[in-house]
Amino acid sequence: MDWFTSHLDDVWRLFVIHAYLAGLPLVLGLLVALPLGWLARRFSWAYPPLIIGTGLLYTLPSLAVFILLPGILHTRILDPVNVLVAMTVYTVALLGRTVADRLGAIPEDVRLAANAMGYRPVRRLLGVELPLAVPVISAGLRVAAVSNVSIVSVAAIIGVEQLGSLFTDGFNRAFFAPIVTGILACGVLSLLFDVIIVVVTRLLTPWTRARAAS
Amino acid sequence: MTHSKTILTAVSALALAGLAACGSSSGGSPLDQPTGAASKAPSGTIVVGSANFPESELLMDIYAGALKAKGVTVDTKPNIGSRETYIPALQDGSIDLVPEYTGVLDQYFNKSAKATDSQAVYDELKASLPAGLQVLDKSTAEDKDAVVVSKDTATKYNLKTIADLGPVAKDLVLGGPPEWKTRESGVPGLKKVYGLTFKEFKPLDAGGPLTVQALKNGQVQAANLFTTDPNVPANGFVVLEDPKSFFAAQNVVPLITKSKVNDTVSSALNAVSAKLDTSTLAGLVKQVVIDKKDADAVAAEFLKQAGLG
Amino acid sequence: MINDVIGWLTDPANRDEILQRLLEHLQYVVLATLAAAVVAIPAGLWVGHTGRGKFAVVNLSGFARAIPTLGLLFFIVLWLGPSLTGDLAFLLPSLVVLVVLAIPPILAGTYAGIDEVDHAARDAARGMGMRGWEVLFKVEVPCALPLIFSGVRSALLQVVATATIAATVGLGGLGRFLIDGLAVRDYPQMASGAVLVAALALLIDLVVAVVQRLTVSRGVTGRFRTRPGRAAAGGTDETPPTRSTTSTSTTTTVGTSS
Repeated sequence: MDWFTSHLDDVWRLFVIHAYLAGLPLVLGLLVALPLGWLARRFSWAYPPLIIGTGLLYTLPSLAVFILLPGILHTRILDPVNVLVAMTVYTVALLGRTVADRLGAIPEDVRLAANAMGYRPVRRLLGVELPLAVPVISAGLRVAAVSNVSIVSVAAIIGVEQLGSLFTDGFNRAFFAPIVTGILACGVLSLLFDVIIVVVTRLLTPWTRARAAS
Repeated sequence: MTHSKTILTAVSALALAGLAACGSSSGGSPLDQPTGAASKAPSGTIVVGSANFPESELLMDIYAGALKAKGVTVDTKPNIGSRETYIPALQDGSIDLVPEYTGVLDQYFNKSAKATDSQAVYDELKASLPAGLQVLDKSTAEDKDAVVVSKDTATKYNLKTIADLGPVAKDLVLGGPPEWKTRESGVPGLKKVYGLTFKEFKPLDAGGPLTVQALKNGQVQAANLFTTDPNVPANGFVVLEDPKSFFAAQNVVPLITKSKVNDTVSSALNAVSAKLDTSTLAGLVKQVVIDKKDADAVAAEFLKQAGLG
Repeated sequence: MINDVIGWLTDPANRDEILQRLLEHLQYVVLATLAAAVVAIPAGLWVGHTGRGKFAVVNLSGFARAIPTLGLLFFIVLWLGPSLTGDLAFLLPSLVVLVVLAIPPILAGTYAGIDEVDHAARDAARGMGMRGWEVLFKVEVPCALPLIFSGVRSALLQVVATATIAATVGLGGLGRFLIDGLAVRDYPQMASGAVLVAALALLIDLVVAVVQRLTVSRGVTGRFRTRPGRAAAGGTDETPPTRSTTSTSTTTTVGTSS
């Protein structure tokens, strides 16, 4: 662990970059997946394309997406935007279906009760359906978070600096210390994301705590 | 109800703020910190890149250190990939400077490259470069590609030169970086110049641990390693001689975007090239690869001792 | 670009290599998933049936998912590589990583599946005089099959995708097109490689879906011809169970992809 302590600056710098490259897509992906999932529920013809589309997107190997995006987006080869876009696409692919399924699984009687109370569709969506969907969506988000942290490290193969760079550097020199440090740092980052998501979920679902208390 | 709405709004606002922050510059705020990977660096900054092997990263750090010592703002982008990856990066402005080797660079731009000795290669290279790119002074330090075999293989087939592989190549597996499969300075070239047809070509890495391991353990019998690679003497590998000068002279040379060249930059880099020679370079690489020292620390030490940093 | 890809894929010069790499990739996927299943399914069955080790399983699955594949791959290659001879030196480290990554989804799916089995069914089985083993294999496993399949499909997707990364450490398979194409910036080759990987993943998923359709009892999926509404579900995916703390049940494509 001497190596870690003497390279704290570098590891921290890479950690922050990695958190950004993996974390921002989580937020963006969620913001895109929510309306997308809602659309798929609202218009039943949109559901199959969503499922097939997201399934297809997720099967694309990440390395290929990172490499081919500059050509499609007309960004520069080393631009981190390529990674951000790719990761957002993966997040949407993971979450879109979860959102759609969850919104569709809201019990009909809850919906009817909300209508009876005078909720209009938009308020019902924001005030009743989404909050009820939060636990399952958050479970999906946690999986996406961990997945993102792992996939972003692959971008080291194309020269994007983040924690994965520790892996390539260590491998090129047959040196274990950076590799182990990188693995542990990724684990810490995943844990961090997980904790943040769990805390936010708790805040958004006060009734689960009330239920547990009673 | 209102509680969760507030939080949802807050989260969305945060996300939008984050979007806005990264919208202005494609890198976003955390990436503009310390070494900053912002793709739109302020003019006057030189972005130094490197290929995906330790010596290239070391040279990158040496160049960067020398430039910094002369007051130039520098940014580094290590481990970009093979030449086919970082040359386009050089041409689209993602990087401005990269350490190169005269012979292979000449072959990269000039499909009919013929020169083999140091000065001739350098002159031919200068003529082959596309508009917008320039090479500065070459160094005497050389790191050539080589075909390397284990001591046992050399003894078994009585191999001293690459030509000796002729009759036995069909029984041997060749290992090298993936780009060797199609590069003129790789498998096709070996066939053309030495008439070698190997049993199989195994794509491994650019003179890295995979190749060294494969040669050591016998998964390949001949491999592409670099002449300054400390693993070669460490494992008793035999570097096969190259009588036909297939691997032309490979002097270390800075490849730079013409628009970034000014007196400060060229004098700093030329001074480095003057102070580097093959044995010094090999010694520095050994410190990074075998002794596991940091490339930037080794580079800084070298520059200090050479009076350049 | 699309023309280039189609051109590359249909080029007769590439045909042999495409076939070779496809078969190699399939080989790795089947081997790794089988090995993972051999370990994970019995473990999941035991944990779900006896209820012991729940905490360990749930956290282990989550924890293992957090290991970055590239890092683990490099680590194991550096660690095991020197002691292996022959082509095993490339195959074994990659297989180890693939198995390690495939175990969590299968384990989680199996455990969740058994755990979610209706208590009424379990009680009825006991009431009929079935012993532990019989309850497990005659009642719990058939009821848990959808989630077990879900876990296996998730694992398969993960393995297919991760096996492409293993090309960086000398493994064959479809990843070679990506890595070799990357080394020389041959975009058609890389794009074709990506398309082939996606196609293989979908094909494998389709095959498993068919197997699932055939093996899962209609009583579990509710696929009866007299109930047209439920028949549309097709038994391939289950709505998220409410008690599950794992997330393999939310979608069938959940899992880390690399």
